[in-house]
Amino acid sequence: MTGTLNADTKMESVSGSPTNEPTALPAKKASGEFLYFAVRSKKFLVALGILIVLIGIGIFGPIIDATDPVAQNGIAMQPPTADPGNWFGTTYFGEDVFAQFANGLRATFFVGLLGGGLAALIGMAVGFIAGYFGGWLDEILNMVTNVFLVIPTLALLLVIASYLPSSWRGVPFEAIFIGLTSWPWAARAVRAQTFSLRTRDFVDLAKLSGRRGWKVIATEIAPNMSSYLFLTFILLFGGAILIGASLDFIGLGPHEGMTLGLMMYNAVTWAALNLGIWWWFIPPGLGIMATVGALYVMNVGLDEIFNPKLRDI
Amino acid sequence: MRRYFGRKLFTYTLTFFIAATIDWLIPRFMPGDPVAGLMAKQGGLSPEGAAALAQYYNNLFGLDRSMPEQFINFWIALLHGDLGRSVYVHGRPVTEAIMGAIPYTLALLIPAILLSWWAGNSFGALAARRKWLDNTVLPIGYILTATPYMWLGLVLAFVLGFSLRIFPLSGGYGFNLEPALTWRFFTDLVAHWMMPFLSLFMVMFGGWAIGMRNMIIYELESDYSRYLEALGAPQGLVRKYAFHNAMLPQITGLALQLGVIVAGSLVTEIVFSYPGIGMLLFNAIKSEDYFLLQGIFLFIIIGTLLANFVVDIVYIMVDPRTRVGMRGGTA
Repeated sequence: MTGTLNADTKMESVSGSPTNEPTALPAKKASGEFLYFAVRSKKFLVALGILIVLIGIGIFGPIIDATDPVAQNGIAMQPPTADPGNWFGTTYFGEDVFAQFANGLRATFFVGLLGGGLAALIGMAVGFIAGYFGGWLDEILNMVTNVFLVIPTLALLLVIASYLPSSWRGVPFEAIFIGLTSWPWAARAVRAQTFSLRTRDFVDLAKLSGRRGWKVIATEIAPNMSSYLFLTFILLFGGAILIGASLDFIGLGPHEGMTLGLMMYNAVTWAALNLGIWWWFIPPGLGIMATVGALYVMNVGLDEIFNPKLRDI
Repeated sequence: MRRYFGRKLFTYTLTFFIAATIDWLIPRFMPGDPVAGLMAKQGGLSPEGAAALAQYYNNLFGLDRSMPEQFINFWIALLHGDLGRSVYVHGRPVTEAIMGAIPYTLALLIPAILLSWWAGNSFGALAARRKWLDNTVLPIGYILTATPYMWLGLVLAFVLGFSLRIFPLSGGYGFNLEPALTWRFFTDLVAHWMMPFLSLFMVMFGGWAIGMRNMIIYELESDYSRYLEALGAPQGLVRKYAFHNAMLPQITGLALQLGVIVAGSLVTEIVFSYPGIGMLLFNAIKSEDYFLLQGIFLFIIIGTLLANFVVDIVYIMVDPRTRVGMRGGTA
């Protein structure tokens, strides 16, 4: 939930006041209209551009520049120079900062996708079931959600990660654990939306036609809040990245490979601050900031595209 | 109101019970064996010696009892405030080590949370639907709120501490000072507090400002605002109503944010070697001090629950609906 500072407060503003219900539009017409506004939304386009560049570095960086991110074969503490082999400089141990950055970015997107995706799946499942079926099922799920909403995600992850045997400590496990712990606010948001939709006429009609509960959720409720679900996923994606970085920075990161949080952990551990090796800790933080910032701006841009009330055109 | 409080208290008690149970469960059911980890550090043991040592450790930590017995013993010790002894602080009780660190963390967190909430909300409300302000505040807010806490700390430390040498780089107070009630010690304490406070304040400020800005826009678009405008009410009055309504979700937001904020303060303290809970945690992990680590986890939970409760009380005071209808609120 790190960084969900933003995520949560924004989720509320996305959901707006309780009276603000999702807009239901026929799918065909809606997609054309959304595209029309998407190509005109500066926020959306700028954010998309930044994300494409960052994803490109994450995917192609390690392929083009195949330097091992932890090979200590450069000159130590080399500041960035125009020389193409050394544009990001080297660490205290002579490791290539660009190789670390590109590999770290790749791991960062992986954590966001897997952790955020898993959290979105759990959150939606819990939210749909609680909101649609109601009754004692809702009571129980709501209680579970509230309990895990209060427990700070990072604190829970700390205890889990510190007891993991070192052979298990890798980026995939980190992502899975983040996904398993950061779903509660999404569940609550989805539940509230489902709640407001389930009494609508078209849902009643679907029920009358004899469709089963799950079918009604999948065919009537979820499509009518698809934009909302997508925004939830974006915020969970950004949140997972920030939690992962904090976990790595505290010293519970993966034992193998490189992440952006681990870069900052190493920089602090080996006194980069006192030695003035700024090129060691500036790029990783900047990478996270650009990624998460672009996601949030994209979220607002999409919100304006999906919700006619917010369009400033 | 009594029902509202009763429900809250039940949730919080249940949360504490579950959190403490998880705290107890994890070391026992995780793959890998903490005792084996301790033994590995000894090295050069004969098989009989190893067996004797393993037995000693199992007895020491009470791991040779049955599971239900271990669980009950854990709760008895916990309710007596006994969280075991810490290796990192040379065998002193965990509770003592944590109590020594808590004032530093609270001195950072409380002013940072309150000031950023106040400043962010005022600023966000001011910026909403005002072209020029909105165009400057919004991007800055997004940049700040997307910044990892530790990175902003590192940047501040590098610029203000390393390059300009305005504030000291690390620690809670100077190495040449002893804690005392003198003016010199106090100013030194404040100088060391400044940078971690600033980095927490700035990241949170961005989040509140954006949240408030978006909420105000929703409120200004809603029917009651339109109606007021149609009646010819001055802009200031409409915005005042919008602000009051937008405040409530921001209070709820504060409760939801506590976990993130706590995490932020942990990593910020590590950047500045600030002697609070975060630094203690960092050292506990480095020295594989599990008792200390688990104790810190429980303290974070208790702190978060207390803070949630305070937010609930504030919410009741601010929102009359909770007093009458016993609904709304956070958890």
